[in-house]
Amino acid sequence: MSFDRTDVEKIAHLARIALTDDEIPATTAKLSGILGLIDKMQAVDTRGVTPLAHPLETTQRLRPDTVTESNQRDAYQAIAPATEAGLYLVPKVIE
Amino acid sequence: MHEKTLAELSQALQSKTLSSVELTQHYLKRIETFDGKLNSYITVSPDLALNQAKAADERIAAGTATALTGIPLAHKDLFCTQGLRTSCGSKMLDNFIAPYESTVTQRFIDAGAVTLGKTNLDEFAMGSSTESSFYGPTRNPWDTERVPGGSSGGSAAAVAARLCAAATGTDTGGSIRQPAGFTALTGLKPTYGRVSRWGMIAYASSLDQGGPMARTAEDCALMLQAMAGFDDKDSTSVDQPVDNYSASLNDSLTGLRIGLPKEYFAGGLDAATADAIDAAVKQFQALGAEVKEISLPNAELAIPAYYVIAPAEASSNLSRFDGVRFGYRCNDPADLTDLYKRSRGEGFGPEVKRRIMVGAYALSAGYYDAYYLQAQKIRRLIKNDFMAAYEQVDVILCPTSPTPAFKIGEKIDDPVSLYLTDIYTITANLAGVPGIALPAGFANGLPLGMQLLGPYFSEARLLNIAHQYQQVTDWHQRAPAGY
Repeated sequence: MSFDRTDVEKIAHLARIALTDDEIPATTAKLSGILGLIDKMQAVDTRGVTPLAHPLETTQRLRPDTVTESNQRDAYQAIAPATEAGLYLVPKVIE
Repeated sequence: MHEKTLAELSQALQSKTLSSVELTQHYLKRIETFDGKLNSYITVSPDLALNQAKAADERIAAGTATALTGIPLAHKDLFCTQGLRTSCGSKMLDNFIAPYESTVTQRFIDAGAVTLGKTNLDEFAMGSSTESSFYGPTRNPWDTERVPGGSSGGSAAAVAARLCAAATGTDTGGSIRQPAGFTALTGLKPTYGRVSRWGMIAYASSLDQGGPMARTAEDCALMLQAMAGFDDKDSTSVDQPVDNYSASLNDSLTGLRIGLPKEYFAGGLDAATADAIDAAVKQFQALGAEVKEISLPNAELAIPAYYVIAPAEASSNLSRFDGVRFGYRCNDPADLTDLYKRSRGEGFGPEVKRRIMVGAYALSAGYYDAYYLQAQKIRRLIKNDFMAAYEQVDVILCPTSPTPAFKIGEKIDDPVSLYLTDIYTITANLAGVPGIALPAGFANGLPLGMQLLGPYFSEARLLNIAHQYQQVTDWHQRAPAGY
């Protein structure tokens, strides 16, 4: 199986990545090559095998439900592209 | 003074035959002289380094120094450093100054080490050659037409050219061990969970692990001692006591059982590397080890499984780069979707975009079972292979890469051929086991690397074995000409 232009445009949209027209042919060819590599997994019989998510199979620790962090809004917003009055600015969402 | 290893420099500082300020100035001068060609550093921090060096000299005088106090180090530019840019090799983070310090770099600060700067890497650590960095490729000091490996190629080149005493790296699919192999260094990928990932910009969270890159196993032991340990801020950090890594370096190898995985010595392995491993086997036998053939039957499935799991985790981790809270933002976005798409499309390089898209595809509706779940099942088969092997042997010996360092540009247009260079390193990340890479010889002036893989939390034993090998060989003492 390989990808065509429509597949790549759909995946790029899912990933919220804009591709220019110039980028699409090479991206399509390279993603198809990668798909060929990962599709080698499909020949493996894994019936009855439990998926492994964490190599040591430990569970996530829980912590007491208490406040541990202080407000660092100014420090965090100092590196934001656009802020005003302590808020992050984005283009208008609702017309 | 740059000829000295970290351990030797530490002794010189403690005995006050050398000051950290002198040593730091020496390395800064060397960076100025040689790094224009090598491009191993993205950011050099002379003011910070000299202030830290002054403080280190005072600490040594006060008698409260650690083994790393005053030692000039470099950090892979994906460890967040407060007040010092952390770019991750990406245009996306070209303007990013972290508001906090990673646990690993904080531990080095606490130990009194000096930060010379931040080293180059493949963008977001996604690569095996350090060619995908927004800041241009790093060159291998052994042959500047060749890559230093990756993704921790900047750290590798900087240590190999003696532009720092040692450096940090991270290893998701071989990114410490493969560049160590390409530059005649010793580099250790710890057990998953041994070193905190907090403040390390995430690529694939279930695989990423920070570790040391240095000239010798003895130096790696000193570095790992500072890095390892439980961290409450990393939810996958393992709460287990840390061994004294220097204490067991001189243990005997008599009776050590070493396994050679037959699958790693089949087609595709360069003849000179195979010969170097054969010679190393004889050295280990002379040191008292028993060597036998073993099998890791699912090894060949590691690359396909990795190139699903790592991109899937990357697509999730990198969704935070949205052009809103920090990092690159496109000009004049038409609406919010356009802001997201163009900030990401313009801010990420081609390989990062490809991996995010592969991950988005593997996780998308209708494909999850066939790709992500299947890859996680194969991951268990690979872990089971290791567990079965460690019932027969104590450690596994194999090459770090199928060939020595390749030429810059040679594989850049064919991602799959580049992915295949990680065939010997990826299995350890999937299984979560530790591995140490060390030089095993040279061919045509290029370093040849080998690695030892051990059971979970066997870092002390791996360092011991590597150290014993380095007592009877001198590959690790060779330096590239002209530096």
